[in-house]
Amino acid sequence: MSATKTHGHAAAHDHHDDHGPAKGMMRWLTTTNHKDIGTMYLIFSLVMFFIGGAMALVVRAELFMPGMQLVDPGFYNTMTTVHALIMVFGAIMPATVGLANWMIPLQIGAPDMALPRLNNFSFWLLVAAFSLLILSLFVPGGGPAAGWTLYPPLVLQTGDAFPLAIFAIHLAGASSIMGAINIIVTIMNLRAPGMSLMKMPLFVWTWLITAYLLIAVMPVFAGAVTMLLTDHFFHTTFFAAAGGGDPVLYQHIFWFFGHPEVYIMILPAFGIVSEIIPTFSRKKLFGYDAMVYATASIAFLSFIVWAHHMFTVGMPLAGEMFFMLSTMLIAVPTGVKVFNWTATMWRGSLTFEPPMLFALAFLFLFTIGGFSGLMMGIAPADFQYHDTYFIVAHFHYVLVPGAVFAIMAGVYYWLPKWTGHMYDMKLANIHFWLSAISVNVLFFPQHFLGLAGMPRRIPDYSTQFADWNMVSSIGAFGFGLSQLLFVYIIIKCARGGARASEHVWDGAYNHGLEWTVPSPAPYHTFDEAPVVK
Amino acid sequence: MKTVKRALGAISTAALAALWSAPAAAAWTLNLRQGVTPLSREIYHLHMLIFWICVVIAVAVFSVMIYSIATFRKSKGAVSANFSHNTTAEVIWTVIPVMILVAMAVPAARTLVKIDDTSGADMTIKVTGYQWKWQYDYVDEGVSFFSTLSQASNEARQLDSGVNVYEVENYLLDVDNPLVVPVDKKVRVLVTGADVIHNWWVPDFGMKKDAIPGFINELWFRADKVGTYRGQCAELCGRDHGFMPIVVRVVEQAEYESWLASQKAARQAAAAPAAQTADQAGAVAAPNANQKTTVLVANAE
Repeated sequence: MSATKTHGHAAAHDHHDDHGPAKGMMRWLTTTNHKDIGTMYLIFSLVMFFIGGAMALVVRAELFMPGMQLVDPGFYNTMTTVHALIMVFGAIMPATVGLANWMIPLQIGAPDMALPRLNNFSFWLLVAAFSLLILSLFVPGGGPAAGWTLYPPLVLQTGDAFPLAIFAIHLAGASSIMGAINIIVTIMNLRAPGMSLMKMPLFVWTWLITAYLLIAVMPVFAGAVTMLLTDHFFHTTFFAAAGGGDPVLYQHIFWFFGHPEVYIMILPAFGIVSEIIPTFSRKKLFGYDAMVYATASIAFLSFIVWAHHMFTVGMPLAGEMFFMLSTMLIAVPTGVKVFNWTATMWRGSLTFEPPMLFALAFLFLFTIGGFSGLMMGIAPADFQYHDTYFIVAHFHYVLVPGAVFAIMAGVYYWLPKWTGHMYDMKLANIHFWLSAISVNVLFFPQHFLGLAGMPRRIPDYSTQFADWNMVSSIGAFGFGLSQLLFVYIIIKCARGGARASEHVWDGAYNHGLEWTVPSPAPYHTFDEAPVVK
Repeated sequence: MKTVKRALGAISTAALAALWSAPAAAAWTLNLRQGVTPLSREIYHLHMLIFWICVVIAVAVFSVMIYSIATFRKSKGAVSANFSHNTTAEVIWTVIPVMILVAMAVPAARTLVKIDDTSGADMTIKVTGYQWKWQYDYVDEGVSFFSTLSQASNEARQLDSGVNVYEVENYLLDVDNPLVVPVDKKVRVLVTGADVIHNWWVPDFGMKKDAIPGFINELWFRADKVGTYRGQCAELCGRDHGFMPIVVRVVEQAEYESWLASQKAARQAAAAPAAQTADQAGAVAAPNANQKTTVLVANAE
């Protein structure tokens, strides 16, 4: 962001015609305050992160040794399926929405989100969605077990959980669409005077583009699962060859949603990292314009690469060629981003507080995920990698030390602004090192397993895969347990600690509007719009 | 404690097993195998090419990052510079990746064309995926059979079976009736599914393809080394997805022919008494029922 000067923000906390939050539970049920809703989203996603994580640990415990020791193969499939659905739709997406709710109004100088009641509705709809999904684990026939991609015909064999899971997805999708509309309307209409689009913080930019992706693809996904529903209950045959349909059609529709979905999870992460690296380098973001254009290019390309998830379904040569080349193209704007972050650090004045540590780990480890992504984009090689642990390693690298680390970096960056307290830096450093080491112990060996030929989504394996699976499982438990520390640090910080200043980090001084309001940010901010020059 | 002991025992057994049987147990494997077909080797080399390109880029990018982190520290008195643009640098790091990508795309496209060419095959085998087994049809020979997880593996893989899986030969990678193909012949495989989508994959042949109900996919391989090659279903297909391995024996042409002859003879022997019964009962039973009996007998065999 270019140098911003504000006046009038001081008025934010001494206006007294504003009322504070309502008392008790009603505050949380009826709130339309972007900060309250942001907090609820973040807490919700943290809870989901632990539920989804517990499921991942069931999986890794079963895979600790060859032979079936703990669970039935059917239940194992439920664990991998629901783990993914919860992590994607319940943990990562709501976490970025929570950050958006908290930070977008603060970063653009708006008093709140543009559609506050819709905001409340989006959140509580999400709670309903995940209550249904978790309920589906306890109905006759067991939970959904066909993988988070819900491919037919297999998914049609699901028991009573089937309509529950589909309806959960509908609700979560509706929640996302409403959230996205809210974010777009807010950014388009409530920017402070003087804040042109090309002066917006990168986090706001990446979320604006993400919101458009959400509106474009969530209805597509809703359509696909609705067709599954009618195939199951109303004897349509959209996805059954026997009635003139095609199971592969589902995969095309799913991945037309699914690939942009990947960027829905990672673009806000790019935004967070683009805020943090300049702050702790004490230098302006390198190539701001290029960053915006790269984000937009990635978003556009995400619509024309979907079939690289399905190189083995038997596409014609021309199709495989097209999707291979378009996929490789994504490396260019992604490379630009990585180079720009590196150039931002170049000749900076770096310090390594916890947000910066997580952002740097993101930079290295997301790049590794990018390399394996490029390798899988090469269609002939993908015939070997497809549906092995290599892809499991790849997408966990971009989602865990990628998206999740960026979210944690964001939490450590803005937590003092939210609570008004500094958190325990020493513990946060320990949390970082434990996470950064264990995440690699957990996921790096999975590259080897995939190359050695271990398929994904299997509950048991031949003895040649035993060694790296054991290493990976040890890493998984290390990573899972380390996250308890994260919760402890957050609770401790919410309860008290050294007072945080307005700009919290010395590098954040003059780095954006959120650092001009007091810490903790008052319940109502920017009643009077600041002026950005 | 018991688990730890079992785990330690498991590791040492694995090490022993690795010494014993080379093909199945290769502990701590790191890389893709080269395989035994021209295509699998080409894919391997492509994989190594991209891998090394990625390594070179990674070394370059990571060294700049590490250098920045080590050098431009506030604690070392670094003062931040004031630049935020450099058009030359930005053009360079956009154009060079494009050139690298083109360099990768050319050999990849060439390989893709070869993979796609299933013409001129010496023989055709139809593979059908079932929950949870494979069926192989030698379409020109009238030989057809099912291939399921071996009895020993199946017993060992039950929850808390108490069997030490390291003592089961080729645990989870062994079947009752392997597919048998001749060496140095172009084999076209037609892949389809009977119930849900499966995926037929033998890593040593470099090829995997979805087995989709109602559709027929093609792949081909030409194995140039005699041996037994093992693979697994590579598309989630339900509860026992992890328990429908693929075993292919690649044999000399002569051995293949005698195997084929014995298969045909066995089938005839099995079908003959059934056909006789059918003739005798023909007057009273409906012809459809008789046909069904014949098929059942053949399958049971």
